Amino acid sequence: MTKEPRKAAPRKAEKKQKQKVETTGHSWDGIEEYNNPLPRWWLWTFYATIIWGVGYMIAYPAWPLLERATPGILGFSTRSDVAEEIRRFDEMNAPLERKLVEASFEEVLADEELKSFATHAGSAVFQTWCIQCHGSGGQGAKGYPNLLDDDWLWGGDLESIHTTIMHGVRSEADEETHTGDMPAWADVLEPEEIDSVVEYVLQISGQEADTGLAEAGKVVFEDNCTACHGDDGSGDRDLGAPNLTDAIWLYGGDREAVKESVLKGRKGVMPNWNARLSEADIKAVALYVHQLGGGE
Amino acid sequence: MWDFLKLAVLAVIAVFAAYAANQARDLAYFVHALIVMAVAGGLFLYQLRRFGEERVVETGYMDQVIRYGVIATAFWGIVGFLMGVFVAFQLAFPGLNFEFLQGMGNFGRLRPLHTSAVIFAFGGNALIATSFYVVQRTSAARLWGGNLAWFVFWGYQLFIVLAATGYVLGATQSKEYAEPEWYTDLWLTIVWVAYLAVFLGTLYKRKEKHIYVANWFYLSFIVTIAMLHVVNNLAVPVSIFGSKSVQLFAGVQDAMTQWWYGHNAVGFFLTAGFLGMMYYFVPKQAERPVYSYKLSIIHFWALIFLYIWAGPHHLHYTALPDWASTLGMVMSVILWMPSWGGMINGLMTLSGAWDKLRTDPIIRMMVVSVAFYGMSTFEGPMMSIRAVNSLSHYTDWTIGHVHSGALGWNGMITFGALYFLVPKLWRRERLYSLSLVSWHFWLATIGIVLYASSMWVSGIMEGLMWREVDAQGFLVNSFADTVAAKFPMNVVRATGGLLYLTGALIMCYNLWMTVKRSPAAAEATAAAPAE
Repeated sequence: MTKEPRKAAPRKAEKKQKQKVETTGHSWDGIEEYNNPLPRWWLWTFYATIIWGVGYMIAYPAWPLLERATPGILGFSTRSDVAEEIRRFDEMNAPLERKLVEASFEEVLADEELKSFATHAGSAVFQTWCIQCHGSGGQGAKGYPNLLDDDWLWGGDLESIHTTIMHGVRSEADEETHTGDMPAWADVLEPEEIDSVVEYVLQISGQEADTGLAEAGKVVFEDNCTACHGDDGSGDRDLGAPNLTDAIWLYGGDREAVKESVLKGRKGVMPNWNARLSEADIKAVALYVHQLGGGE
Repeated sequence: MWDFLKLAVLAVIAVFAAYAANQARDLAYFVHALIVMAVAGGLFLYQLRRFGEERVVETGYMDQVIRYGVIATAFWGIVGFLMGVFVAFQLAFPGLNFEFLQGMGNFGRLRPLHTSAVIFAFGGNALIATSFYVVQRTSAARLWGGNLAWFVFWGYQLFIVLAATGYVLGATQSKEYAEPEWYTDLWLTIVWVAYLAVFLGTLYKRKEKHIYVANWFYLSFIVTIAMLHVVNNLAVPVSIFGSKSVQLFAGVQDAMTQWWYGHNAVGFFLTAGFLGMMYYFVPKQAERPVYSYKLSIIHFWALIFLYIWAGPHHLHYTALPDWASTLGMVMSVILWMPSWGGMINGLMTLSGAWDKLRTDPIIRMMVVSVAFYGMSTFEGPMMSIRAVNSLSHYTDWTIGHVHSGALGWNGMITFGALYFLVPKLWRRERLYSLSLVSWHFWLATIGIVLYASSMWVSGIMEGLMWREVDAQGFLVNSFADTVAAKFPMNVVRATGGLLYLTGALIMCYNLWMTVKRSPAAAEATAAAPAE
């Protein structure tokens, strides 16, 4: 007990003495340097990090050789780590996925766990395959329908959405795909007829229009357009014919855009996803789209 | 003859620049050609008026260029801090990306303006000015190369102007901290080689037997930056009349080259260079010998050997192969102690003079600077560890880390050096006001603490939110959720930056008044080198 402080005291004094005398003997602009030894803790920590480093490089992939790098004895690889994690979740969710395929939409919606799984999985599918055309929020773009509103070309209930995703729209690879053509009327109608029918469409959609021309356009419309768009122009979901009386337009609703649609026709295409996605994924993404806001 | 040659070269440059402006394929190139034309034309006229004039050969230390360097450091410092505060507020309040500026005031363009202004304009001028001061004093020799030092100074300012205007006008090669396009890079290469020549020439004709440790650090910084700059900017211009160029490397090789450059910009520009500063100004201000010569040798060589490997830790969990990522991480961790060698030597130099912490706010600034250096060189190796990095990467934590180094270490040591230099260079007895230095010290310190702590909170929260998955393995938060959650921290960060900027403005006022009002010092007794 009494020994320690006695021992420490002279050492400390000695150290101080040392500091006072030992400089390297040089002076630069008045700056001198002590010749203190490396602090022990510093040196040992440095050694420890080096030893740890050597150990780590043995354990993990580290040194590039001629053909490949040293793999490390732990067999670590970031890629297989990711693969493993994905496999773990896939395995964990496999029962849910089976249940999703087997259950009807009503059953899925009634089961909280299954519903949450489906919408999240659907969101992931949507973010991967759908946002390129429909936008990251499903807001759509010119020629690509907005999925947030309650205007649906081919129906907005779960079954209809599911069918559309499965078979696509005008998708050549699938015989069950939605079909329905808006022809290019430039080949069929006279220019005056086209101008007048455009005015009529503007009129029924509640926009400013030339009433005289619209009057004539009504006749053209009844002769040529009602077969698909309906007598009142409210469209037909079996044929994918849009409702022309609301303010929602796929290709734009002003005079120019409507005229272009009439002249050239419109044939938007959506792939049949049954060739690419699993049944579970399609069901999930149908549920996801349905709950975005416009589902019926 | 020499005068004729100079005039001819300047005339050719001015005429070519005028032609290039006429041929310019984009706005940035056009503006840059006009700037070069104006500079070359102005220099031509200046040379013409001095044609055949007798030159007085000056002797003694070459201090005028250092005075200019001090002014440039303070000026660019304010510009850089101001930009930083503004982009910080933009992150909190996106409405500050004003539409009427047509994209020129957007975060994307101002952010590189901020980083380059603080690192290269503020830090670079501080390094050039202090290295010129230190190498002369510790070699007892005038700067080598006559007016070459002036060329380095003004050439570097031209580089800064070309780089900064280029960012705003949209000329960028999209490499972080290496954004300037090919002709700006070529110009910097010329300036940098001249800088190396001045520095080496002065060392070569030194009157001291040994080279002082500060000069090792400065030299390693100059040499390595030259190498990094050239390799990372290898590119083929699309046209000599346009700013666009195509990078030589592609894909992961390009990424690796970029971060080999990027991390060593931190290692050699912001660490080695500033350690050179520390090794002169701390012992001078403390009036104490450096703690350990042995430590300075060992940590110098260990530091420069290890830093050059550390780049891959910026690319964990990317297309970079695992082995490269391992090496980057291991070398970064081993780098911890060599980095701390500088901190120990800085702090222990004060042992025996600790009382000065109470009386001398400049010493206090230097101590806090070295302490922040120690903190961020501990944090850095820790963040380079793969597991930690998987949480911290791409988050605000990195931003906080960088700023505790930049504001704490680089900023504070530079302020200390400026407070030391101004009275010496303008031959004043003392600074105008020590209490203003204290104000600066506290504003800056509180600013850094607000900045770093808010970014730690924000970064860790962001990282945890990004990786949060529900029981079925789906992500819980969208990116926008994390942006919304970061709002309060972004405001605190911007406030911290504002305090730091205020401190720097106080410093500028204080330095200005020192030059204007402080009593002149008695005739300098320091021995000037005989030439």
